[in-house]
Amino acid sequence: MNRHLLSIADLSKEEAISLLDTAAELARVTETPVKKLPTLRGRTIVNLFFEDSTRTRISFEAAAKRLSADVINFSVKGSSLSKGESLKDTALTLQAMGADGVVIRHPASGAAHRLASQKWMSGSVINAGDGTHEHPTQALLDAFTIRENLKERSGDLMGLNVAIVGDVLHSRVARSNVLLLQKLGAKVTLIAPPTLLPVAVNSWGCNVKYDFDSDLNSFDVVMMLRVQRERMEDAFFPSEREYARRYGLNAARLAQLNSRCIVMHPGPMNRGLEISADSADSDKSVIVDQVKNGVAVRMAALYLLLGGE
Amino acid sequence: MSIVLDQAEIARALKRIAHEIIERNKGVSNLVIIGIPTRGSFLAARLTKILSSLEGVEIHSGSLDTTMYRDDLRNAAPRSLGKTEIPLSGVHDRDVVLVDDVLFSGRTIRAALDALSEHGRPKTVQLAVLIDRGHRELPIRADYVGKNLPTNRNERVQVCLSEIDNLDQVEIEGRA
Amino acid sequence: MSRNFLLKNLKDPSGRPLELAIANSRFMTVKDAAPDSEIIDGNGLTAIPGLVDLHTHLREPGKEDAETVLSGSRAAVAGGFTAISAMPNTNPIADTAGVVEQVFRLGISHGICDVFPIGAVTLGQQGKILSEMGAMHSSEAKVRIFSDDGHCVWDSLVMRRALEYVKAFDGVIAQHAEDPRLTHGSQMNEGEVSAALGLKGWPAAAEESIIARDLLLNEHVGSRLHICHLTTAGGVELIRWAKNRGIQVTAEVTPHHLLLTDDLARSYDPVYKVNPPLRTERDVMALREGVADGTIDVIATDHAPHPAEDKDCEWAAAAFGIIGLETALSVSYKALVESGLMKLEDLVERMSGAPARIGRYEGHGSLAIGNEANFTLVDTAANWRVETLEIRSKSKNSPYLGLELPVKVRRTYLRGKEVFSQ
Repeated sequence: MNRHLLSIADLSKEEAISLLDTAAELARVTETPVKKLPTLRGRTIVNLFFEDSTRTRISFEAAAKRLSADVINFSVKGSSLSKGESLKDTALTLQAMGADGVVIRHPASGAAHRLASQKWMSGSVINAGDGTHEHPTQALLDAFTIRENLKERSGDLMGLNVAIVGDVLHSRVARSNVLLLQKLGAKVTLIAPPTLLPVAVNSWGCNVKYDFDSDLNSFDVVMMLRVQRERMEDAFFPSEREYARRYGLNAARLAQLNSRCIVMHPGPMNRGLEISADSADSDKSVIVDQVKNGVAVRMAALYLLLGGE
Repeated sequence: MSIVLDQAEIARALKRIAHEIIERNKGVSNLVIIGIPTRGSFLAARLTKILSSLEGVEIHSGSLDTTMYRDDLRNAAPRSLGKTEIPLSGVHDRDVVLVDDVLFSGRTIRAALDALSEHGRPKTVQLAVLIDRGHRELPIRADYVGKNLPTNRNERVQVCLSEIDNLDQVEIEGRA
Repeated sequence: MSRNFLLKNLKDPSGRPLELAIANSRFMTVKDAAPDSEIIDGNGLTAIPGLVDLHTHLREPGKEDAETVLSGSRAAVAGGFTAISAMPNTNPIADTAGVVEQVFRLGISHGICDVFPIGAVTLGQQGKILSEMGAMHSSEAKVRIFSDDGHCVWDSLVMRRALEYVKAFDGVIAQHAEDPRLTHGSQMNEGEVSAALGLKGWPAAAEESIIARDLLLNEHVGSRLHICHLTTAGGVELIRWAKNRGIQVTAEVTPHHLLLTDDLARSYDPVYKVNPPLRTERDVMALREGVADGTIDVIATDHAPHPAEDKDCEWAAAAFGIIGLETALSVSYKALVESGLMKLEDLVERMSGAPARIGRYEGHGSLAIGNEANFTLVDTAANWRVETLEIRSKSKNSPYLGLELPVKVRRTYLRGKEVFSQ
């Protein structure tokens, strides 16, 4: 594996599967009384968050601590686009503190790439979400969750039919998942209003549909994306009501899903907008599993990036 | 390359070790056999089978991956993890026999002792290895040895087991 | 005043042997060369008229850490330019006679390169109220070109009035074509690459729709319209259509849009972040065709210097812009001459003759006898590597650093005075 985890595009299929296998083994270990492994003892991991995301930060923090790493949380208030400390100066600070790994969440697409490609610091960089670009560990934990539920916990995702529904245009989760799920052999269908799809979406190799109701029972996985309410003001869709009606996962659509289909959501959910409460809480929902699996997948990523020389 | 042990010799060594284990522990009732992946696990399974047939009872066995406990992780690229399966009986107050294929620096066993302690406090921990090739870096010794094999530090000892390598034999490479 | 001299052993842009006689700052015939002329060996270099840039950001006044009239002039002559056009988006904005005269006088006092200020079309480049273009024209700077560059004159009525108004003094409106509603927050060309990178897209239509509107407006009012930095295949088509239809329009393209594509953004290195954005391979090819067939009249640098900290950051936080004065000829040569689309003499016409005529920059753009001796000697056989330390511009935001380029400028003369040599 590379020294950094910036984009799913940097992982080969074999590396991705190996990461999932490692995560599976770590998940088993952490189910035993063993809560903590000494693997990264003496290593310092900085959670560098330029955006509030308590759940992602906590997940990385738990993963790092279970591997005995020292964790420093570094929150930079406000967007870096407003005048404040620059990414470069922050990186130089981290270098001075001797960070072995930096987990970065940033509102600008490509921020993790910049951190990794400039000579500002020498540690490994893990992209924990950069703008509307990618969120690789989210995609890995999603693939892991799909594999646990539908693929007997091993191998690839060949033959599975995955629908990703909602604001694909602004979703880093969607970008990473499109790359990873296809790499692992799944067939991906994007379902969204045309305004919330990139104009060049046909270059992604997915099926694209504007209608959520047709062939609903053909999906093995329905992954709902978070819709930000601000999008409405930018005229991406007319109203929340219309969005929920046309693209929300409600009880009627839930009933049409096939018996083995699972429902996913990266969180945080807008209940009643992209997903109804009964869908989120149904027995098809694996949303809580996703959160739990996040820790094991992030442990695997940290181990594979920082465990070796 | 030269062959140090062939299939029959490996089988004989394991059988002898099994007898020694029974003798030392005065039976098998409190035993747990734990192999260290990858080849240690296969050897542990074989030993367990021999012990069961000798004593006519089921023996608790499992495997214990030591990767995450190694102190030399930084010297190489990260390796993929082996399986850890602790038997339901647990290891607490048990006589645990760790099984590995080759005893060399002793660092794997040190890591195994750390890993094992996370799962409980065994009454005793004993070590069985197919080959002891010397060059210890830590104060660790084996209780049961299939063959003591004096080696050069730069030689390579390769244990092949039919479960994974399609044949049973122990080779040594790089001997002048 | 400058010396009288006779340059021997030169080639003209088409490769024929050439000798240049200079007396009293002007070209004269060799047989009439002054008897006291010093004879200088041209070393077989190619003589071209001094290049003329219609689109330069000099940052003075207001952002002297990025560039000044002095540093920009030095960069210009090192790139073979003898005339540059200072865009008005300074601080204060050049929307009054006072500011354009200040910039003009700085150029004169340095005496390195002619600096022709461009005036703002609207007050504060706000797009609402016309600036006093007449006063700027009547000033010492004799401003002829007006532009809100950096911003589009997007209000159709304001654009119409501006085009009409400058007819009174043979002015030109140089439009930065960008529909601001379609490009709010945009970071790069909208397409496959922006989709993958999650950077907000900048549709070609945002540029083309304004071009189309302005062409129709100018067909109606019959003024002089110049389209700045064309970047799209569709834009080239529109200009071609307009010229066939007899609409008065000229168009420019930058060297970087002739060579680089949006694929480079995959590095997330903001050195490739520029307004208008780098487009696709297809657009680059259409732009080259457009220059070759004369649809595009001018190559202009859009030299946009920025201090290191404005580029040493994440993409979205970085400033738009690329410096280009010192690499313009080489990059254009690589894109157009090495690719076999054009001859050097035609390229020189796009970089010297045509821009001089559009700006009415008398004395520039030609090696004709009697003309001011503004010229440049270049080595067309030399290759050179672009190195940070050798860049004369105060800013180093060049996408060509480390790249090997053809054609080296050896000497530049302004009115017979050597202002650059290497």
